[in-house]
Amino acid sequence: MRVMAQTAMVMNLDKCIGCHTCSVTCKQAWTNRSGVEYVWFNNVESRPGQGYPRTYQDQDRWQGGWVRTRTGRLKPRSGGRIKRLLSIFANPILPRMRDYYEPWTYDYEHLLTAPAGEDLPVARPKSLLTGEDTKVTWSANWDDSLGGGNEVLAGDPILQRVSDQVRQEYEKAFLFFLPRICEHCLNPSCAASCPSGAIYKRAEDGIVLVDQDRCRGWRMCVTGCPYKKVYFNHRTGKAEKCTFCFPRIEIGQPTICSETCVGRLRYIGLMLYDADAVAKAAAVRDEHDLYDAQRSVFLDPHDPKVAAAADRAGIPEDWIDAARRSPVWDLIMKYEVALPLHPEYRTMPMVWYIPPLSPVVDVLRDTGHDGEDPHNLFGAVDALRIPMDYLAELFTAGDPAPVRDALNRLAAMRAYQRRINLGEKPDGSIPAAVGMTTGEMDNMYRLLAIAKYEQRYVIPSAHAEDAHRLEGLGAECSLDYEGGPGMYQTGPFGEASGTPVPVQVETFHMLRDRQTADEPRRLNLLNWDGKGTPEGMFPPREEDRS
Amino acid sequence: MNTFLWVIFPYLSIVVLIGGTVWRYRYDKFGWTTRSSQLYETNYLRWGSPMFHFGVLFVLIGHVIGLLIPKSWTEAVGITEHLYHLMAVLIGTVAGLCTLIGMAILILRRRLTGPVFAATTRNDKAMYVVLGSVILLGLLATVKANIAGGGYDYRETVSPWLRSLFTLRPDAALMTAVPASFKVHVIAAFVLFACWPFTRLVHAFSAPVGYLTRPYVVYRYRDPRGGLRPARPGWEPPR
Repeated sequence: MRVMAQTAMVMNLDKCIGCHTCSVTCKQAWTNRSGVEYVWFNNVESRPGQGYPRTYQDQDRWQGGWVRTRTGRLKPRSGGRIKRLLSIFANPILPRMRDYYEPWTYDYEHLLTAPAGEDLPVARPKSLLTGEDTKVTWSANWDDSLGGGNEVLAGDPILQRVSDQVRQEYEKAFLFFLPRICEHCLNPSCAASCPSGAIYKRAEDGIVLVDQDRCRGWRMCVTGCPYKKVYFNHRTGKAEKCTFCFPRIEIGQPTICSETCVGRLRYIGLMLYDADAVAKAAAVRDEHDLYDAQRSVFLDPHDPKVAAAADRAGIPEDWIDAARRSPVWDLIMKYEVALPLHPEYRTMPMVWYIPPLSPVVDVLRDTGHDGEDPHNLFGAVDALRIPMDYLAELFTAGDPAPVRDALNRLAAMRAYQRRINLGEKPDGSIPAAVGMTTGEMDNMYRLLAIAKYEQRYVIPSAHAEDAHRLEGLGAECSLDYEGGPGMYQTGPFGEASGTPVPVQVETFHMLRDRQTADEPRRLNLLNWDGKGTPEGMFPPREEDRS
Repeated sequence: MNTFLWVIFPYLSIVVLIGGTVWRYRYDKFGWTTRSSQLYETNYLRWGSPMFHFGVLFVLIGHVIGLLIPKSWTEAVGITEHLYHLMAVLIGTVAGLCTLIGMAILILRRRLTGPVFAATTRNDKAMYVVLGSVILLGLLATVKANIAGGGYDYRETVSPWLRSLFTLRPDAALMTAVPASFKVHVIAAFVLFACWPFTRLVHAFSAPVGYLTRPYVVYRYRDPRGGLRPARPGWEPPR
């Protein structure tokens, strides 16, 4: 047994209102640079919908994740080592720019400089790749909230897999949102397909990172990741991905997406797992067993034997304690309401989801039934095949049983709590029907409905002796790393080469460049440092004009 | 002049190649990448890039066999001059043409695809000129000497000269009688070697052969940051 710790996340989909705040703050923090304009480390997709990049879940086409070989071992679906190396000169299955979307901006300057005329001037869309006029036809959430209708939805690879009957009933338009970040898998196939060995899993907290100094831009990771959460920076020629905001995690703060989540639907905590058991669990024969196989890899931190083994493995005491208080452990192992996203990719993802019950309740209510009556709800969970089959394709490789169990528990919680809310006597038979005690039901309700910041995010900081240095990390500009804005200059070897410039120097040069780059009459006051009068701040004097 | 061209210049070029590569590796690991433009354009790259790269790999193998392995060795294992010559010209020309066509596709793609051209730096353009002329000159020399002419046995002159560079006993006299077409190709090649570390060509040095033997998933520990003071012997970090 080799105990390792993993920082994991659970998202409660019932609470996601699709506001995209997580995406926006993530983008502001990590990918508001040229080269990654099209990149969203965090994105929120509407389900049903095509996702981002388009149809990424169709692994027959995109070849992400692992497959089980005839001998019962795993190899990347896109091919083993030799095949990968032979196709290194032109990766045959790399998503194209239009599968993400072509990044664009608008020609705002035209609004100010257009000559007087009959027509109002228009800010035309300009491609950020070529600078030419472009036509905006797709983006990261073009099909937001079922936008685009059936034409777009027909491209949903999950919808194509469920039966015809289910699809025809589709007019009932189930809709829920699925926020996605990198899964920080226990068995990451992006790392497996990196020829340079630049993608690694951190032994301390399991965060999967790209070493920007070792990445050589072979682009195999983009293909290898079935969630398509590794992106290619087209300016620096390096792969980039969600970092689980590791500078924040190291000082005990939640990720930016969690911190700013309006619905407070994200939970972060530790999971201890047996690293030696991962390969075997990921290679079980039947896809339906993958959910249980992954759960079998997790180790119970309350078990003294596990705690002792963790201590021997060098996991600090406060981390083991944090693992005991982990909300993620409770949601996955104790209440069994959280499910992994696409376990059939065999990567052992570590961002799990509580399936949404709301679509079921909505349908019940719309048909004139009491949507929160326990008997109606239990019956509806079984009878409504649309959400069930669809959710099962997402979370349990198509096996409806674990989804039904999770939804039943959520339904029971709703019914049970409603009675309490209405001042009726708590009905112990409701939790019992889903195999829970009233105490467990109360605790699950507290965790799902009213958990405070400290209960939702149980994040032990990195070792205490690093505290000073880590404070610095958290206080520094999060983009002050290679490939960040410090790399805007064009070095002698092409885009973004050269050593990083200290941030103060960099800011100084950038300000000066910005102040002097535009024509004098277009001085950008936002960048004025308040000193002196830069050229163009005032119109030329009379005596200078002659 | 002979001493400069065939002794001093090659050594200078090799020094720049090695020194420049070490310097670049230390100074600019972040810029050490293929800077692939596949995201912008796939259809032409799918043909051009493998053609060029596989072609150039075969050309490289051919050069190693022809230049570094002495003629006496190949003859000792029973390969006659005629057989060697036939093989070299046949495989060499095919590989060379493959490289050339691949390169033509790639350069055309670079020029004609908007985003790819926009991502092309001046450094890239200069590199294409040097690399392209080395390949063209080499192919011309081969065609001129072996297909149009009666054949030229560079293994009697160029190869011993090159090996004499490596044994640190350079012999410029060997190069005097070599046809001009070969001379120009050799000079251009050494110019290319001198440019190599300063262009995107460095990605060739990080050909990921280690991938074949490495375990699939890589684990790494966080950099030992060790707080503000340097760790002293005898002190264990607190747990």
